[in-house]
Amino acid sequence: MTDELEGPLAPPMANGEVLFEAPWQGRVFGMARALCEAGLYTWDEFRAELIREIAHWDREPAGEYRYYDHFQRALERLLARKGMLADAQLERRAELLRARPHGHDH
Amino acid sequence: MSEPSPQAIRAEALESLLIENGLLDAAAVDEVIEHYNERVGPMNGARVVARAWRDPHFKARLLADGTAALNEFEFDTTQTEKLVVVENTDAVHNLVVCTLCSCYPWAVLGLPPKWYKDPAYRSRVVREPRAVLAEFGVELPEQRQIRVWDSSAEVRYMVLPQAPVDAAECSEQELAGRVSRDAMIGVALS
Repeated sequence: MTDELEGPLAPPMANGEVLFEAPWQGRVFGMARALCEAGLYTWDEFRAELIREIAHWDREPAGEYRYYDHFQRALERLLARKGMLADAQLERRAELLRARPHGHDH
Repeated sequence: MSEPSPQAIRAEALESLLIENGLLDAAAVDEVIEHYNERVGPMNGARVVARAWRDPHFKARLLADGTAALNEFEFDTTQTEKLVVVENTDAVHNLVVCTLCSCYPWAVLGLPPKWYKDPAYRSRVVREPRAVLAEFGVELPEQRQIRVWDSSAEVRYMVLPQAPVDAAECSEQELAGRVSRDAMIGVALS
């Protein structure tokens, strides 16, 4: 159990800490906040979706717990539920991006 | 150049669609990231704690109404949910968690560290706070009561650690440099 609390335990004195482990995590967090600030949903609505996502993992842990995976999934579900973005549309776009010539990404 | 991860691709797909559909502005996403990278973070909370250690009147106001007391600083508090500050004493040690997700006092501490969001911390801190504290290197006297505060959408908690003995001789700025983020969550003493 002791190694379950691994991670940066060293207390930073300012914002010297890496907030996101990968740039996409920052983008997803930024999107969720920006859409909320634009009035597309309330933070409570997003939080409820996030709690559902996390509760699902807590009940049936599947693989390593990766917070921002749940965060992104919660955002996708909320947008789908509000009729703003269909899952299928997202799948198609992701497929297109995957088919890009390698090295295009930056 | 390495292959982007499936999550990175999905995030990119999401962002590009939202922008095309006119729902999102990429600059707004940049702005949020910059806000958390540069303008809010534990240094804000550290200044609040340092002032409370030096000024008993401010401390009283802070403990009475954390949200209102923040207005005495120039922090960006537009997103501040109700903030409740809980004081560590010789009798009580306070510890903050969000058992359901990852609610956290953003205005004073920025974004939470990874372990705060992990299932292990969320579930264990309520069941066995003393054992969790020991893993963070905090050994409390047995008679000290531990109170665990579960954050929610409405209320965020921050711990006011015990003041160092030489607080009266130090400047607010010096003191702020000695307050750790972890102490304000309750998993460290200073």
